[in-house]
Amino acid sequence: MSEHARIDEAVAAATAAAAGLTGAEAEARAPHAGLLYDYGLAWVNFPRGAGGLGVSASLQDYADAAVDAAGLHRPDPHDNAIGFGMAAPTIAAYGTAEQKTWLRRIYTLETIVCQLFSEPGAGSDLAAVATKAVRDGDTYRVTGQKVWTSGAHNADLAILIARTDPSVPKHRGLSYFLLDMHAPGVETRGLRQITGEAEFNEVFLTDVPVPASMRLGEPGEGWKIANTTLNNERVAIGGGAPREGGMLGVVTRAWREQPEVRDPLLHDELMRLWVESEAARMLGERTAQQVAAGQPGPEGSGAKLSFARNAQQLSALDVRMRGVDGLRHDSYEMRRPEHYSMTGRTPVYRYLRAKGNSIEGGTSEIIRNIIAERVLGLPGEHRTDKDLPFKDLPR
Amino acid sequence: MTIEMLDTELAADLRRTVRAFLTERCDPGTVAEVYDDPAIASRELNDGWARELGLAGLLVPEADGGAGASLAEAAVVAHAIGRHAAPLRFLTSGVIATTLATRAGDRDLAAALAAGDRYAAVAFPATSPTLNSGLAAATASNADEAGTAHVSGTIAGVMEAAGADDLIAVLGSGEDTTIVVIDPAEARILPFLSLDETRRLADITVENAAARIVATGPQAVAAVEAATLAGQVALAAELAGTAAQALSTTLDYVRTRVQFGRAVGSYQAIKHRLADLWLAVSQADAAATYAAQTAANWQRGDEDLREARICALTALAYAAPVAVQAAEEAVQLHGGNGMTWEYPIHLLLKRAKAGELTLGHPAANRAALAELTELPVW
Repeated sequence: MSEHARIDEAVAAATAAAAGLTGAEAEARAPHAGLLYDYGLAWVNFPRGAGGLGVSASLQDYADAAVDAAGLHRPDPHDNAIGFGMAAPTIAAYGTAEQKTWLRRIYTLETIVCQLFSEPGAGSDLAAVATKAVRDGDTYRVTGQKVWTSGAHNADLAILIARTDPSVPKHRGLSYFLLDMHAPGVETRGLRQITGEAEFNEVFLTDVPVPASMRLGEPGEGWKIANTTLNNERVAIGGGAPREGGMLGVVTRAWREQPEVRDPLLHDELMRLWVESEAARMLGERTAQQVAAGQPGPEGSGAKLSFARNAQQLSALDVRMRGVDGLRHDSYEMRRPEHYSMTGRTPVYRYLRAKGNSIEGGTSEIIRNIIAERVLGLPGEHRTDKDLPFKDLPR
Repeated sequence: MTIEMLDTELAADLRRTVRAFLTERCDPGTVAEVYDDPAIASRELNDGWARELGLAGLLVPEADGGAGASLAEAAVVAHAIGRHAAPLRFLTSGVIATTLATRAGDRDLAAALAAGDRYAAVAFPATSPTLNSGLAAATASNADEAGTAHVSGTIAGVMEAAGADDLIAVLGSGEDTTIVVIDPAEARILPFLSLDETRRLADITVENAAARIVATGPQAVAAVEAATLAGQVALAAELAGTAAQALSTTLDYVRTRVQFGRAVGSYQAIKHRLADLWLAVSQADAAATYAAQTAANWQRGDEDLREARICALTALAYAAPVAVQAAEEAVQLHGGNGMTWEYPIHLLLKRAKAGELTLGHPAANRAALAELTELPVW
C-alpha cells in the first residue's frame, strides 16, 4: 500500500471512530487529538503505536489536510510548541517504551512541555551547562538555575540537560532528562523583557527529585540528544511564503493606506528593504525545493540571519516613518502573553521585540560562525575548553 | 505558479558546457589582455559561444533557425559568463538585440543572428534603464523610401557598438515607438576607454543616416518590453555569477593565506564578513533564478508581464550591489594581492561596478519597482 493510501485509510478509520465520541473526551480541549494519535496521524513519520504510520515526514501536510477535510479537529501545535517541535521527536528517537507514553499526552495537550536548556552562564556556549544532577539510588537530585524558558509557568513537563559528570570535558558530562514541573523544588519566575512583558521565565531548581527512569539515553549522552532537539528547533524553512509577508507587510500596508507616512526621504530605504525581503523569500523558495527533492542545501542556516536583519530594519523604519505616532505605545505593563505576534501591537513594541530576533534560537554571531565553518569550510575558532575537565574550566 | 528553482538536467548540462568553454577560452590571463588589446574580444572568440556552442540562436524561435529556448536558459549562460567576466557579446547581441529583432518581426536579421553570421548592438546609453536611443527621426516622404527613417543625434556610451554588424535603435516612446536598423557604416562610432573593458563602450553619432524601419506602434512597444526584460534578467544572472566567483576566489585565498601563524580565514572578523557575503550571494543567485524562471513562464504565456518585470527588477536591483560588494570584499580580503594586475580580482571588480550601473543604477530600478508595486514616493 502506498504511503498516501496508508494515510487515507487511517483518516477514514479515525473519522468512523470519532462518530462514537461522547462525554469527557468530546468535551476536551482537543477532542479528536487522542483518536488522531491512536490512528497514527499525529506525527506520521513516527512508528505505529507512537502516534505515527512510519511514513515520510514530508507527508505530514498531506495528512493534516486530509484530517481537516474529514472535519476532525487537530490540536494547534502552537499550544504546545516545545512539546510538538522538540520533546516529541526527541522522545520518539531516544525514549524507552515507558517514556514514549508521554507522546500521546503531549499531542492531546494534556502535558504541556517547556525546555530547560539555557543558563545564565550557558547561552551560546550551551555545553557549559552547570546545573547538577546527582544520582542517589533510583533518583537524581537536580540543582541549578535555568533561563529563557518560555511557557514554564504553564508547563507540566520539561526537557532538561544537566551535568552528571563534572570530571570529564564539558560536552561529555551532560545527561538528558524529562522533569516533572510540579515536583518539589521547582520555582518559576517571570523574566521581564524590554517590551515590559514576560514571554520567558527563570526557573530555579533546588534538589528536585527526578526518577532515573526519566533519563533519556545513557548518562553522558545529553549533548548528542540535545542536538537532536536543537535541530528540530530550527525555524521551519519557508517555502511558499507570500510576497510582503511579516514585517514588510506591516510597513507596505501603512505606506499604501496612510499617505501621511510617505516620507520621500525614506522611500528608497523602503524599496531597498522590499528587495532584500523578496531576495530572502526567493532563497527560501529554493531551499524548500532542495529539501523537497531530498538534497537539503546549506542555505537554510542563512534564513534566520536575513529574517532577523530584515525584521529589525523594517521595524526601525516602521517607527521612523510615522513621526510622533511612531513613538506612541500601548503598554509597558508586566504581563504574561499567552500568544504574541512579532507583527502585532504598536511600532514601539515591534521595534523592541524584533531586537530579540538576532538573539533567540542562536545568535546571529553564532550562526555566522556555523556558516563560516560548516558551509564555507573555514577553520574553526581556537578553543581552549574542549579537552579540559568541566570542573577545571575558568567560569 | 510554482517557480522552478533547481537546475533541470538540461540546465545543468548547459551550465557545464558553457563553463568548460569559458575555462578553456576565457581564462583570467586572456580576459586581462583585453585591457591592453581590445582585439582580444574578437569575432573568432565570440564565434565560440555563438556558433560552436550554437548559443547565438538560443532565444530565436525554431521556425527562424533558433533553439526556441527561454530566458531560463539564457540566465544559465549569462551566469557562467559573469563568473569569467568574459568579453563576449552574449548580453548585447545574443540576448537584447536578438530579442528585439525577433519580437520586432525582422526574421532575416533574427535568422542571421541565430546562425552567428552577424552580431548586433542596441544603440542606447549603457546606464539607461530604458532601451531608447534618444535619436531624432525624420520619416522619408519620398515613396521610394517607404520603410526608411532618417535619424540624427549622438548616443553616449553604447555597449559593444564597435565591431557590431548592425545597430538597432529604438526611437520615440509610447504609440510613436519605432525600431530601426542602422548600418554601422552610416554612423560615426568612437570607442572610448572605460572602467570595464570587457564590455566596451562607444559614442555613436549619426547625421541624417538612412535607417530601415522594422517595427512601429504596438509591435515595437511589445518588442522593447520583451528586450528590456530579457536584458534585466540576463544582466542580473551575470552579476550573480560575478558575485559568486568573487566569493569563491576569496574563500580559496583566505583558507590558505597564513599570517600570525594561522589561516587568515580562521579569524572571526573575516569569517563573519564572508558568512554575510555568502548569504547575500546566495540570495542574489536565488533572485536571478527566480526572475529568469518567471520570465520564462511569461514567455510561455503562463505569467503576466507585470509580475515578470517585478521579479526582473528585484533580481537586478539586488544582484547589482551584491556583485560590487563581493568584488570589493575580494579586493580587500586578498590584501595587497587584490590590488595587483596579476590577480584576477580587478577583472571582477571592474565588471561588477560597471554592471551595477548598466540598465539603470539600483536606486533607479528600485524606483521603477515602486511604480509596479504601487508604493509611490508621495
